[in-house]
Amino acid sequence: MTSGRQRWLGPAMFLPAVVYVIALVGVPFVLAFLYSVGDVKVGSLGYHFVGLKNFASVLRNPTFLRALRNSFLFTISSQVLVLIGANVLALVLKDAFRGRRLLRFLILLPWVAPVSIGSIGWKWILDSLYSVINWVLVRFHLVKPFSAPMWLGEPKLAMISVILVHTWHMLPFATVIILAGWTAIPRDIPEAAAVDGAGFFRRLFQIQIPMMLPIMNVAVLFGAIFTFTDMTVIYILTRGGPYDTTQVLPSMAFFTGILGGDLAEGAAISIFLVPLLVLVAWLMLRTAHRSEIA
Amino acid sequence: MAVVRTRGLTKLFRKGQVGAVVDVSLESREGEFLVLLGPSGSGKTTLLRMIAGLEEPTSGEIWIGEKLVNDWTPRQRRIAMVFQSYALYPHLTVFGNIVFPLKAVRVPKEERRKKAEWAAGLLGIGRLLNRRPRELSGGERQRVALARAIVREPSLFLLDEPLSNLDAKLRASAREELEQFQKRIGTTTLYVTHDQVEAMAMGDRVAVMNHGSVRQIGTPAEVYDEPADTFVATFLGSPPMNLVETGTVTAGFRPEHFLPAGFLPPQERDLPLRFRVGHEEYLGAERILYGVVEGGPFDGRKVVSRIAATHAVRFAPDVVYDFAVAERNLKFFDPGSGMRTAPVHLQ
Repeated sequence: MTSGRQRWLGPAMFLPAVVYVIALVGVPFVLAFLYSVGDVKVGSLGYHFVGLKNFASVLRNPTFLRALRNSFLFTISSQVLVLIGANVLALVLKDAFRGRRLLRFLILLPWVAPVSIGSIGWKWILDSLYSVINWVLVRFHLVKPFSAPMWLGEPKLAMISVILVHTWHMLPFATVIILAGWTAIPRDIPEAAAVDGAGFFRRLFQIQIPMMLPIMNVAVLFGAIFTFTDMTVIYILTRGGPYDTTQVLPSMAFFTGILGGDLAEGAAISIFLVPLLVLVAWLMLRTAHRSEIA
Repeated sequence: MAVVRTRGLTKLFRKGQVGAVVDVSLESREGEFLVLLGPSGSGKTTLLRMIAGLEEPTSGEIWIGEKLVNDWTPRQRRIAMVFQSYALYPHLTVFGNIVFPLKAVRVPKEERRKKAEWAAGLLGIGRLLNRRPRELSGGERQRVALARAIVREPSLFLLDEPLSNLDAKLRASAREELEQFQKRIGTTTLYVTHDQVEAMAMGDRVAVMNHGSVRQIGTPAEVYDEPADTFVATFLGSPPMNLVETGTVTAGFRPEHFLPAGFLPPQERDLPLRFRVGHEEYLGAERILYGVVEGGPFDGRKVVSRIAATHAVRFAPDVVYDFAVAERNLKFFDPGSGMRTAPVHLQ
């Protein structure tokens, strides 16, 4: 009797998740793909297949090429910073000391706080007139008043600012993952290395980090894909400006497709990322798998 | 080669006293195999870790050779340690594991290879050099750990229960091999174990530890035959020494010395005891008799006798037999402190 019920129970429990994924990931994805090879604009009624015309037009657009380059710059530099920062933080947090719990909680805060709220905070911190950073710099006579840096107004500074704010937001998650990796290494092993004559850096780079590579791969995989597809920080801080110098592919797709009304070209821009992300994911999973079986 | 010496070495932990070490003064001899033996929580591993530099002493001094090494890092102490888990580096090959200590002290590549091959050859693991630790058996891992330890030709060898992860059969052969190996390389060795058989079989000397202090240090025969206190007397030997309180002293005698009166050599002055046999355990090579003494100075005390299989005498339960202990095999302890005292004449 129960066997008949059990046969349906599994699929029934599974169904909401499947529906959810199809409705919110599958359908938009297929739609985006169809848009990218069609001529759809906001408000247009018909659909004509145009082949790769949208992609060709996108590739001729210098802003697109800049956004593509920025996407890589944004992702790679923030991931490098996150990885270094998370390792340092994990190194500090793994040993017991007074106030560790409080510190762990504080470090986790940027992750729990909504990105938009955090970013708006940073927008004020980096504001051209009311920036607290500039106020401090002026008070310490490090810069002259009225010639203080325009954190979000100068192309290079703006890029640095969005990278740093995004790093700030991503750091806690990576720290938690890497901290878990640290605690999974048996205490004996770094101790054996110490007795074997290895100093701090040799232990770190030849023993502990190689042992954590699979876990760091996971952290980087998640971080990279999340960063590649995210535009919150850029949208709030710079809107891709000044002069599109901080534009990344997701923000450009949004501005072109949703705000600009050219759905087909927006879709082409966002679809452009897919093969790349698949490749990144595949590479990461492969290295993770390799270091696991080796 | 070097000797290791501790003076008043103490380590206290905030969380209780398990594993603490209290005022240990110990000195090894040149090239000696010194065993630290004690029950779990007796502080023997903590003592070893302090000597290795992995644990900071609360007070006291550690000397290696002629140097006070308290403030030295493990790296500076130039010692080798084999951990209970072997602590092999899982991401490196056997070769990578063995050369790691050489890399750490920047030995040139060619010399590293030669030394690794020498160490691997010495332990018979030459054919495993390209494997990873997870592809090795327990015995092979133990050899890799030993090869990694000797490759740097350390002045001091620290071994923390290196045989406890091996199965019983392998352990016996590994024990003998390890002992031969130590004799051949002649490096001063400190060996931690809770297994008295290992300690007796391998140690040049045995330091028996309990509650963080060394209760006695001596050759296996000394600690077994002339225990310094009741702890050593009962920790060594299986079954342990019979301890009976009588008047103002505690008397002790080993089960193998408590025998039917006829088995004792005739010239010995002995203490006759009437023994009511309770039950018998047959162990093949020997029999263990549990029972109660009747009459005399030990009246009513439970004691154990151990009789070699070569004495083919039958014992019936609940029957009283004439047993005896040679007087020279009676040891006396202070009932309060448990310390050994001068012999007393019992009658």
